[in-house]
Amino acid sequence: MRRWTRVLRTPLGLTATVLTLGVVMLAVLGPILWTDEANAVDTGNILAGPSADHWAGTDNLGRDILYRTLVATRLSVELALAATAIAVVVGLVLGTAAFLLGRRLGRLVSAVINIAVAFPGILLALFFAVVFGVGATGAVLAIGLAGAPAFGRLVQTLVAGVAARDYVSAARVAGVGRTRILLRHVLPNISEPLVVNATIGAGGALLSFAGLSFLGLGVQQPKYDWGRLLFDGIGSIYVNAAAALAPGAAVLVAGLAFNLFGESVAKALGVGVVAGIRVPDTRRPVAADDAPVGADLGDHDADVVLDVRDLEVTFPAPGGPLRAVRGISFTVGRGEAVGIVGESGSGKSLTALAVSRLVDEDGSVTASRLELLGKDLRGPDNATQRRMLGTSLAMVFQDPMTSFNPTKRVGRQLAEVGTTHLGMSRGQAMERAVERLDAVRIADAADRVHRYPHEFSGGMRQRAMIGMGLMGTPALIVADEPTTALDVTVQQQVLDLLAAIRAADDVALVLISHDVTVVGEVCDRVLVMYAGRIVEELPATELATGARHPYTRALVAAVPDMATDLDAPLATIPGRPVDPADVPPGCAYAARCPLADARCRTDDPPLVATTSGRVACWHAGEPLPDPVLRADSARFETLVETS
Amino acid sequence: MALASSVAPPAGPAIPRTGAISHPWVRFGARRVGRLVVSLWVLVTASFLMIHLIPGDPVRAALGPTAPARLVSAKRAEMGLDDPLLVQYWHYVQHLFSGDLGTSLVSQLPVSQVVSQRLPATLGLALLAFLLAVVVAVPLGVATGVLTRRGHGRRTELVFTTTSVVLGIVPDFLVGVGLVYVFGVNLGWLPVAGNDTPSAYVLPVLSLAIGPAAILARIIRIEMVTVLEADFVRTARAKRLSKPRVYLGHALPNALTASLTLGGLILSAMVAGTVLVENVFAWPGLGSTIVSSILNKDYQVVQAIVIVYGAGVLLVNTLVDVALALLDPRSMIRED
Repeated sequence: MRRWTRVLRTPLGLTATVLTLGVVMLAVLGPILWTDEANAVDTGNILAGPSADHWAGTDNLGRDILYRTLVATRLSVELALAATAIAVVVGLVLGTAAFLLGRRLGRLVSAVINIAVAFPGILLALFFAVVFGVGATGAVLAIGLAGAPAFGRLVQTLVAGVAARDYVSAARVAGVGRTRILLRHVLPNISEPLVVNATIGAGGALLSFAGLSFLGLGVQQPKYDWGRLLFDGIGSIYVNAAAALAPGAAVLVAGLAFNLFGESVAKALGVGVVAGIRVPDTRRPVAADDAPVGADLGDHDADVVLDVRDLEVTFPAPGGPLRAVRGISFTVGRGEAVGIVGESGSGKSLTALAVSRLVDEDGSVTASRLELLGKDLRGPDNATQRRMLGTSLAMVFQDPMTSFNPTKRVGRQLAEVGTTHLGMSRGQAMERAVERLDAVRIADAADRVHRYPHEFSGGMRQRAMIGMGLMGTPALIVADEPTTALDVTVQQQVLDLLAAIRAADDVALVLISHDVTVVGEVCDRVLVMYAGRIVEELPATELATGARHPYTRALVAAVPDMATDLDAPLATIPGRPVDPADVPPGCAYAARCPLADARCRTDDPPLVATTSGRVACWHAGEPLPDPVLRADSARFETLVETS
Repeated sequence: MALASSVAPPAGPAIPRTGAISHPWVRFGARRVGRLVVSLWVLVTASFLMIHLIPGDPVRAALGPTAPARLVSAKRAEMGLDDPLLVQYWHYVQHLFSGDLGTSLVSQLPVSQVVSQRLPATLGLALLAFLLAVVVAVPLGVATGVLTRRGHGRRTELVFTTTSVVLGIVPDFLVGVGLVYVFGVNLGWLPVAGNDTPSAYVLPVLSLAIGPAAILARIIRIEMVTVLEADFVRTARAKRLSKPRVYLGHALPNALTASLTLGGLILSAMVAGTVLVENVFAWPGLGSTIVSSILNKDYQVVQAIVIVYGAGVLLVNTLVDVALALLDPRSMIRED
């Protein structure tokens, strides 16, 4: 019941409900109250325009148009409901036939429905109107049967959905007959969408009926529905426009009311209304002045490819701005591979998007420095910057299956970079695309460029994506979980390819991953992120033994290796990652940290330099209590979820 | 289920069911042509049966109760109505293929002549309305899609959705009546009947196009909003393409593929919509002819026009499928 009252909460739903009730009341009361007035002939007042006596004027016998329109409500609604009933009943028969008759006959019925649905309702209605003859009865049958195929298809879809459910299968296995299953299990479950669609259908039938009567094929005199009044009125529209407009408006209001009422109910019963998301009032571009000023900016170092200082990414949220990345600084040198690891929600992917200027525009990105090859990336987007980013920065995304445009040939998608940024002709760009695909070890590249993405395997697509990045001459490749969506067997190929490109062209790599092993294998240096901060930075070689932050050590320990006891439960990090909307004071990791004390919960540890990197922990390097990690197999889920 | 075996319509022509023909375009073409042929056959058969499903004698009905019995039986013999049904069916199909649609019972003119006289007016009306609907709906849908993505522009979305829902429901003939009243009766700017001047096209074309344009624009907006969230749009942005390029070059084709399927239904409904609109504007096309022929019980003409309209609809559906396959080659496979 609660779901039904939702209909009334939207302005459109409320209006539609009130109007529908109004139409129904009018249908009941109209003929009782005004039949005599509607039939009163006033020969002295033929085809008169609106007056005090006749608000909508009179027809060719001097009868009052307004009263006739009001009285016609009942017949119009009755006929529409009758036609809808026919459509629903015949549709039910057609739609359940496939279920009842078994596969072979069922398919024949489906084919018939499919062909019939292809023809618009008005054509079917005309066809049946010829067969059943001109008049109200013929028109009811015509509109009912014309609407049946669409209902048939709806029922078929709904039945198929319910029939696939477990309890129906169970009943079937138990030997319950098909008819019984249909009546007991299937129909009760599809009644709700059916009723909703019938309501919408009634609106449609009302309008169609008006159409047929308007053509002179429906209700015949002396009876009259709205369509008939319109038919009679349109001829004299220059004499008394109200004679056509009054019944026209009535049809419109009633048709809209039924239709919108049905739609509103459908919406209310369906997904439900999503609570309003607050839209940001102001969108701030990357701007230096509102960024926290970092200490010692220094000059640009020629060997630094990417220089990031005090990077912040915030999103507007109902409870105030959400700081997803909270002031991080790092650099990437020429040809260097830097890994960023962390659980989901740690801000690592947003960091990748922010440095490549791809954060959605409702997010605000600020930094005191954000430079690629010494060029400032802050400030508004312009052609020069686009060209620079388009040629010197390559992106590789997580899911190669969805990262290519399915409607364009792979070659064209690569060539686009050449034609857009490198001033190449289409032919030149295509040649370059072939060459690049070849370089990322895609066999038969000259043929492959003419294929669509769906003709590539996952690993091939990811290599093609890397090839797309190589269309320019990238100084930096940002790869966001490039192997996560791939088969284990293909993962290594992609990692090897990235390594080879790095070695050959001295390209820097930022590899974002939740997988410490992958990062340890490919990268020189590792940044560990937690709750939007860098908590540790260290050489990849020291990951296994030299990590000082308890979080890094937990990440490393959670990776099973050859020595892991396979019978023991897998090690996990207890607790859940921090909700970016609700970062606690002090060290964000404190709640999950075995070393945490009172200070950790109040004071946030700064990121300080160590001999080989940086770490943010009050207890960096202290021995962990034993057992280091709670080995609890039930908690394995958290690890899986976070990846 | 095997890829190739599930599609062929039950009574279809010889569609290769093995992997012998493997090129997707060939398979797609064969299947599509097969479906078209079956649908046309259903259409022709239905229109043939129509005249036999009418209770009573169609010739007597057409000529009226006062016509002499001799005339009726002569006419029946001339039309071959006394032959066995299958023979009649065979002749009907034969004549149809040779372009002979029979003779009008009322005007005594060859039906093919009636149809070819009336067809251009209807075709012109439908094509213009179709063009107008697409030209309005695509930019409107794309623009509102871009403006209302990710929960932006909620006010714009509300206004747009409400307007397009309402406009989409209003039937074309009521739009026509409204337009006649405003621009014909009240303002007197535009002619409201016939097709003698170019300005006479304005109101009928508008009546036919407004509803479909509203529905199409709404679908395109919804698809755009979805597509703009897709990974490949982010890829396009990562390539630093210009915004128009990202929206029109990458997002739009994908939004259109989903829109086309529903759009096709709307557009074929538009072909049929000419019937009502022509009657509002006394348009000398097939739509006004079929209605007057039904009222005059001139069934030969009705039969022929039903076939023409039905074939038009089937043609639109086929074109939509082909366009879909061109835009998104995956749709050819998905249909399997």
